[in-house]
Amino acid sequence: MSEWKPICLVTDIPMLGSRRVAREKGPHVAIFRNSENKVFALLDRCPHKGGPLSQGIVFGDSVACPLHNWTIGLDDGCAKGADEGCTQPFQIRVDNGTVHLHAEELATLAIHVALPKAGPGASTGALGDRTFEVQAPHSP
Amino acid sequence: MKKMKLVMVGNGMAGVRTLEELLKISPDLYDITVFGAEPHPNYNRILLSPVLAGEQTLDEIVLNPLSWYEENGVKLHLGKKVVDVDRNKRVVKASDGTEESYDRLLIATGSNPFILPVPGKELEGVIAYRDIADTNTMIDAASKYKHAVVIGGGLLGLEAANGLMLRGMQVTVVHIMPWLMERQLDDTAGKLLQKSLESRGLKFMIGAQTQHLIGDKDGGKSGRVMAVQFKDGTEVPADLVVMAAGIRPNTELALKIGLHCFNDGRGGIVVNDTMQTITDPRIYSVGECAAHRGIAYGLVAPLFEQGKVCATHLAEFGIGRYQGSQTSTKLKVTGIDLFSAGDFMGGEGCEEIVMSDPYGGVYKKLVIRDDKLIGACMYGDTVDGSWYFKLLREGRSIGDIRDKLMFGESNIGDVGHEGHSKAASMADNDEVCGCNGVNKGAICKAIKEKGLFTLEEVRKHTKASASCGSCTGLVEQLLMFTAGGDYSATPKKKAMCGCTEHSHQEVREAIKEQKLLTIDATYKALAWRTPNGCSSCRPAVNYYLISTWPKEAKDDPQSRFINERSHANIQKDGTYSVIPRMWGGETTADELRRIADAVDKYKIPTVKVTGGQRIDLLGVKKEDLVNVWKDIGMPSGHAYAKALRTVKTCVGSEWCRFGTQDSTQMGKDLERAMWRMYAPHKVKFAVSGCPRNCAEAGIKDVGIIGVDSGWEMYVAGNGGIKTEVAHFFVKLKTPEEVLEYTGAFCQLYREEGWYLERTVHYVNRVGLDHVKKKILDDAPGRKALWERLQFSLDGEPDPWFEFDKAAVDTRQFSPLSA
Repeated sequence: MSEWKPICLVTDIPMLGSRRVAREKGPHVAIFRNSENKVFALLDRCPHKGGPLSQGIVFGDSVACPLHNWTIGLDDGCAKGADEGCTQPFQIRVDNGTVHLHAEELATLAIHVALPKAGPGASTGALGDRTFEVQAPHSP
Repeated sequence: MKKMKLVMVGNGMAGVRTLEELLKISPDLYDITVFGAEPHPNYNRILLSPVLAGEQTLDEIVLNPLSWYEENGVKLHLGKKVVDVDRNKRVVKASDGTEESYDRLLIATGSNPFILPVPGKELEGVIAYRDIADTNTMIDAASKYKHAVVIGGGLLGLEAANGLMLRGMQVTVVHIMPWLMERQLDDTAGKLLQKSLESRGLKFMIGAQTQHLIGDKDGGKSGRVMAVQFKDGTEVPADLVVMAAGIRPNTELALKIGLHCFNDGRGGIVVNDTMQTITDPRIYSVGECAAHRGIAYGLVAPLFEQGKVCATHLAEFGIGRYQGSQTSTKLKVTGIDLFSAGDFMGGEGCEEIVMSDPYGGVYKKLVIRDDKLIGACMYGDTVDGSWYFKLLREGRSIGDIRDKLMFGESNIGDVGHEGHSKAASMADNDEVCGCNGVNKGAICKAIKEKGLFTLEEVRKHTKASASCGSCTGLVEQLLMFTAGGDYSATPKKKAMCGCTEHSHQEVREAIKEQKLLTIDATYKALAWRTPNGCSSCRPAVNYYLISTWPKEAKDDPQSRFINERSHANIQKDGTYSVIPRMWGGETTADELRRIADAVDKYKIPTVKVTGGQRIDLLGVKKEDLVNVWKDIGMPSGHAYAKALRTVKTCVGSEWCRFGTQDSTQMGKDLERAMWRMYAPHKVKFAVSGCPRNCAEAGIKDVGIIGVDSGWEMYVAGNGGIKTEVAHFFVKLKTPEEVLEYTGAFCQLYREEGWYLERTVHYVNRVGLDHVKKKILDDAPGRKALWERLQFSLDGEPDPWFEFDKAAVDTRQFSPLSA
């Protein structure tokens, strides 16, 4: 298989917004576009409680998680400010306005990350929801 | 590039905090050298009292261990006092001959205790109370001697006296003024405090004037102190005398090197709003030695604020100004709660509200002038201190809450922390913040381990008090007892967020006055610090634009929280919930059938009836949203938006044997007239058909209650974090009037409210009288408000069906594939 996989055009991502990319296996990858037309890719899971970062507000080179407003750096996937934790970043290549992700990374990175659960059976009573395991910090 | 050299004179809390701020934002700009006269690394001076009292140890109060200086490449000269600075050659000279050159100099020499100029002040056993050495002297004396005299019944003196007493000494406090802590308390509170301290074993000599300290050698002229003699000739035995009669900015070095200092007796190195000395632009000064706009602060929060500003200028960012702080006081004697702020003495032209229970040890005094709270003094129950302080700072009219002002904010329907109001009496595993599940132990641990000082820092690190804020008073108490942080000093104006120095009000006004139509234009006109704001200011500015300039400013979906971008409520697993609109809470068999079919077809896991008489479908996948909306075929309920949500009704006169008015129809009419109305925060209505009020109209933003002769209108109620009963607003005759008055109230809130401010907070801020003036007393104004609302809402799309018109980016609903 070829190394870089075309995903979409840069213009398919709203400016200061994002799109989700479904993989064959594993959680979605979120791709972001900032106001300078720079494109970033992160695992679509906040290191805090697994919120979908693709649904957050993008500003500067950060995205605010929609669940609890953690601020995650788009280039390294790490929480900013007093919060601690990182999510998996993915390499991006933009060629002639087309966004590419690395095929091997898509197939191998963060495939087995647990997904947050909700709905019947997700709460465990007085102790609260402990079903979602926070991902180990990523080391570049 | 060669680094610049920064030398700091003084190794105390304000100075080191400035370095920390500087290292955070610009770690490589300077080679930093620090001179400290004491032989210790930076420690928390405020906590010397608990150390003296035996509640903490010296090790526990060290803020920056020696390793911190090493790790950050800071060269540290301990135990070396700086005696001179050559400002031409830019060289600092210490007493031992050490010299360091500088490009920027930061003077943070703090303050010195004021020593009474009485004979005998040089005797052995006569000390001030300022640093670790003094504290050790006291601890040592307490183990050998019996009698102590503390001169000065202020904050510091009482803390010293309390500590010495706990270490077994017999302590007499000598205070020249008529009551204790006269700068922080009125006479009643001061006397309550005295009584309480007396019952613990302290002795007081109030109004006594110290004349002479007598030694045990040479006819009383030398050796160790043995007694204190007063002006009236009386004597008390004293093996230890602690001078705690106030502090003075330490300007010895500054004066010697020619920096301009105040010479009104209080002193202080004069600095501008960037903490630069006005004499030498290379020299900055922060902390207790600096005089900003004539004030040398002695509390930690303003000093840290100064440090932050100073750091941004040392880092050459050129942003930030320190504009002064308002301060308030608490005493760090375990088990004694007192609080004061502002002009608590009152006087001519002032009114006072006083509650006094001397037996129960509770006293509260509020001072009011021109319908505004200008001062507060509390003893025994201080949990509302921060609320009063807020009212005082905001200077808002208190006319409409006057009747409950004395009872405080916490007594009005607070939830989330089991009704606790005294942090000290809570156990470690008691929950303080019910929103984020943070208990007392976790907060204290974070404060200690991470060296937190301010409420903002605790919010950032623990999330306690960061959501609904109802436990703020408790968190502040914990800060006080754990870190000694004086929580209550705050900048006079609150900036919208870190991206700007402008407040919400200023941004609103600028958008209106300068006719700003886009977020970019607003950021440019107001010199925003960030290129496209943050997740806090961008949604606010977007709302201000579309509410100020309807049909002209364009809504920006990327500046809206996800719920308002996807028109559904995000859940913790990333699925969404869908709540269709049911006018006035009425539905039909057809609607229910369609809902049931959609639940089956899209395998929606949970169907729940909401508190607002609607049906909630939970766990809808984002990919299914558009189809679920289409299949159900009902309008958007806007349950996800800062907009009109539900209009709750009772069945009213159509069916109910008690009903006096057709509340269901009234509710439907209100809902049809005002749905799609975006607002600073969510808006809920309710209409009841008789005073039995089954629709619970008393806790809604607008509540309408039918009576035989018409309708009563209530506003600014709230059933959430803080249960607030709505205020009676006006009695109306016809349904048309109900529409007009409700619309006018909503439009006023839409035009004047700050983003994320509920109607209750908006009305609390501007005062109910203001709202009455605009709507009840001004008929043309009211009609104009109602017309403006109708103009705004005319032709507004239903975002579930009119995607283009509502600027819904449908690309979001389907993922790309790789």
